[in-house]
Order: sequence, then C-alpha cells, then structure tokens
Amino acid sequence: MAATAIDSKKPVGALLRLLKRIALLRESPVGMIGAALVLFWILVALLAPLISPYDPNENYMDDFANLGPSMVYWLGRDNQGRDILSRIIWGSRIVLTVGPIATFCAYLVGCSMGLLAGYYRGWIDVVISRISDIILSFPVIILYLIIISQFGPSALNIVLAVTFIASPQVSRIVRGLTLELRERDYVAAAKMRGESAIYIMLVEILPNARGPLIVDACLRMGYTTIAIGVLGFLGLGLPPPDPDWGGMVKDTYTMMSSSPYMSLFPCMAISSLVVGFNMLADGLREISLRD
Amino acid sequence: MLNFFAKRLGYLLLTMLSVSLIIFLVNEYSPGQVTRKILGPFATQEQVNMLTEQMGLNRPVLLRYVIWLGHILQGDLGKSTLWGVPVNDIIWDRLANTSIIASLAFLVIVPASIFLGVSAGMREGSRLDRTISLFSIITTSVPEFASGVFQQSVLVIWLGLLPGTSPLDASGGWSIASQLVLPVSVMVLYDLGYVVRMVRASMVETMTRPYIRTAVLKGLSFRDVIMKHAIRNAMIGPFTVILLQVNYLVTGVVVVEAVVGYPGFGRMMLDAALNKDVAVIEAGSMFAVLVTVTTQVIGDFGYMLLNPRIRFT
Repeated sequence: MAATAIDSKKPVGALLRLLKRIALLRESPVGMIGAALVLFWILVALLAPLISPYDPNENYMDDFANLGPSMVYWLGRDNQGRDILSRIIWGSRIVLTVGPIATFCAYLVGCSMGLLAGYYRGWIDVVISRISDIILSFPVIILYLIIISQFGPSALNIVLAVTFIASPQVSRIVRGLTLELRERDYVAAAKMRGESAIYIMLVEILPNARGPLIVDACLRMGYTTIAIGVLGFLGLGLPPPDPDWGGMVKDTYTMMSSSPYMSLFPCMAISSLVVGFNMLADGLREISLRD
Repeated sequence: MLNFFAKRLGYLLLTMLSVSLIIFLVNEYSPGQVTRKILGPFATQEQVNMLTEQMGLNRPVLLRYVIWLGHILQGDLGKSTLWGVPVNDIIWDRLANTSIIASLAFLVIVPASIFLGVSAGMREGSRLDRTISLFSIITTSVPEFASGVFQQSVLVIWLGLLPGTSPLDASGGWSIASQLVLPVSVMVLYDLGYVVRMVRASMVETMTRPYIRTAVLKGLSFRDVIMKHAIRNAMIGPFTVILLQVNYLVTGVVVVEAVVGYPGFGRMMLDAALNKDVAVIEAGSMFAVLVTVTTQVIGDFGYMLLNPRIRFT
C-alpha cells in the first residue's frame, strides 16, 4: 500500500523537476544548440512522410546527365538517380529508431549488471566486473566487425552488438554510483522497513543515480549514432536499399571526385546529429554541476 | 612492487586466455559452415565433407581450441582463406604500415592535446576555454568517415593539395609523405577532442588546489605557476588516458584506412571480416586485445612511477 501511495504522487513531481531541468538548459547556450539540433532531427524523422519530396528508393532517371542539386531535386540525386534529400529524411528514421532502442537495451542490461555488482558486492561483483573487463579489453570497432560479420548485418544484430559492447561501460558507471549510494541513510531506512533488495535497487538507488546517467545516455546516443553510421559505411549496416546515412556515403563514395555532394550531404546529416547529442550532453552536465 | 607486477601479468594472461576462447567460439558457432563458405554454394556435400576432414573440423571443439592455441603460441597463425597465404605473411607488413600513421598521429595528438587542454583549463570559463571546449566537442562528434569526406572535399577536390587515396605507392604521382597526411589528420581530429577534455578537466581541478593559490599569492608570475606547478601535477591523471589512445590508433584504424584505401591492419581486418576469413580475424583480434591489455599494464606502471603518493605506499 505504501508503495502505491508514493507512486501516485511521484510522476507529477518527477515531471515538474524534469521541466525545471529543461528550463535550466536555457542558461547553457551549448546545451540549447544541442537540444535544437536533436529536436530538429526528431521532427524530421516524425514528419518524414509529410516532408519527404520523393520516394527514397525510387530511381528518377529524367535528366540523368545532370544529377547535381537543382530546383527539382534540392540536394541532387545519387548515382542511381535517387533523391538525396528524401533519403536523408527517411534515413533519420532509421538512426533515430535503431539508436535509441540499442541504447535503451544497453542501459537495461548495464544498469542491472551495475546494480547487482554494486549492491551485493562479493563474488557477484567479481564475476560481473571480470566479464566487463574482458569485453572492454576488445577495441570497440574490432568487436563490431567480429559480431556483425559473423552474425550478419541487420537492425536486430546492430542492437545486439551495441548492447553487448556498451552494457559493460554502463555497468561500470552504475556500479560506481551504487557503491556510493548504498551507504546512504535512505537505503538503510528502506532496509529497516524490510523492503526487498530489488525495491531498494530500483526505487531507492537507481533514481538517485539519474543525474550522471542522463548525461552518459546522451553521450552514448552520440556514440551509437556514430557506430550505426560507421557500420553502414563499412558495408556492415542495414541491407540495401533502405536509406541509412553511412550506407549512402558508402554507395557514393567512389564518385567523390566528380560529385562530392552525394557523400557530403549524408555526412553533414550524421555529423549534425552527433554534434547535437554531444552538445546537449555537455549542457546537461553543466547544469548538473551547478545544483 | 614485484607483487604488483605479478598480479598485473597474471591478469594479462587470464584476459588473453578468455579472449582467445571467446574469439574461437564466436567464429565456431556463427551461422554457416566454414568449409561451405570456402567452397561456395555449388560444391557437392562430399566435397564439403572432404575439406572438413582435411581441415580437421570434425574433431571436438575443445580439442581444436587447444590445438589452435598451441599453434598461435608457436607463432603459427594459420592460413588466410581470402589471400591464400599464411597469416604471418600478411599481418606483419600491415601492422608496420599502420604503425607509421599511428605513431605520426600519436606524435601530433600528445603535444597538441596537452597544449589545448592546459590553455583551456588554466582559466575555467574564459573565452579561450569555451572556444577550445566547443572545438573539441565538434571534432569528436564528426565520425571518421564524415571527417574524411569533408577533408577530402576541401583538400583533395577543391584545392588539389593531397591525393584522395593512400595506397603507399608513389607511382600515382603523389609522394608517400603526401599520402600520409589525410589519414593522420582524420585520426588526429577524431581522437584529439577526447584527450583535450581529459587534460582540461584535470587542469581545472589542479587550479583549485591550495598550492596553486599559494604560488599565486607569493607573487609568482602566472606563467611560472602554470609551467612549474600546475602542469606537472595536472598531467598525472591524463597520462593513462593519453597512453590508452595507442589502442585506438593501432587497432581502431579500420574506418580511417577504409576511407583512404590505406593498406594497413584495419583494412586487413575489414576485408577479413567481410569475407569471413576466420584465421585472419582470430589472429588480428588476438593482437588487438594484446595491445589493449599491454597498454593498460604499462599505463598502470607509469601512473605509479609518476605519482609518488602511490609509488611509496
């Protein structure tokens, strides 16, 4: 009963605090620019069917001698006659679905590992930390190469690979925070009340670790976006013809000397999104240091 | 001290052993038969069986793992199915090529990151600090392939100063030195920002210490405070971070090398991965992890030497 009474009040308070936090972001110009960039791409992804001028996978063969940017095709067409603007717009949907899902999964696994290791300590901690260390001793890109090349390129495998690679890093952060928070009075109070370990970890410890975790999640979204782009560029991304930004660069990269715009525009798209995530993370960190 | 080393060395060996098992098992249990991949879809089942027998793939997994590990330890890295030659014939040349651009990039990154990080961190919140911090956020945010495309558009296509590809072959009219510029600058730009932020953070923290205040109050010039007191202490923390960049530079070069067509370790790993060349993937990953773990141990050791508070306890 006590738990439900708290829960009914909590969302309102949490929402208010979140709004306050977002309002605080106004004081950090870097954070504002970051938020604007991320918001821009989220809107583009949401409105893709409305704002995309053409079908992203259709080959428009009219006036094939002149593929460059024009009044008809604003950002030009690629070497197969596909409209680059439409492909960038639809490509944002892929990055902004696969990226958050992958980051969320990494957090789900990483938080569980970190909470268990930090809360129980002892042999559980030793086992979890050793496993993390071993995964962390692989260079990230080599690990991506091994996983994706062995299990095949698909959205699901990208999510699994990001989860596998990022969860030990998340776990390490959560473990450190848990080690510190488990000594707090409110944890002792919860233990006295006879709350279960799961309740203490999820309701007492995790919410109080949220500050650094939100900043890290934002940074990690940036890394994941880069990883998705890199895999696409290396030919290990989503299978064609789906427009993913890294894959677009890979397809047109050999045409750099004659038509650099084909690679330039998708590169600008992915760079602006990652810059957005990282600037937003920087702004959030600045705010969290202030209070 | 000796105890510390024995522990770290044991840890290194244990990590390498578990990593080798993971790599072996991943290649073992991934979908698709190795022999089928080699022979292609049109080979008969008998041919596949015969090659399986020949390659010894019908023996139990654990036995093959032990045999494979034994070969690796004796320096026999197996045979590449993609290039059709022993892995030993390829991997060392590729590593030598990669170490050229990696060491050049390292030589640029270390002084540049210390200079920028110290300049930004000595006056927190100053205009210089904000400019450098913003610069480092942006450069680390641009993926390497995008950075490569941007730099190629300007330096290669627009200005015509550099060659677009770096095959390490001067017959195309571009000197070897000019071919190294683009890969090195892509690596430096991508990696620099992260190190700068670490140096800056450490410098900011050092500047709040009492001994810095004392140095300022006793009338030392700002320059002397920075050069004689702050930098030395501020560099202890980032030392490990800087050393760990070796990992990225030696093993993370996959994208850079793909961008400029550089015949190095990363390119070899990519080609091997795309063609499921198991022997090369296994040997390359083992080497990559060896580099990572070794730099970690060296980093711990150097940190201990640099920091007297740890050294003498």
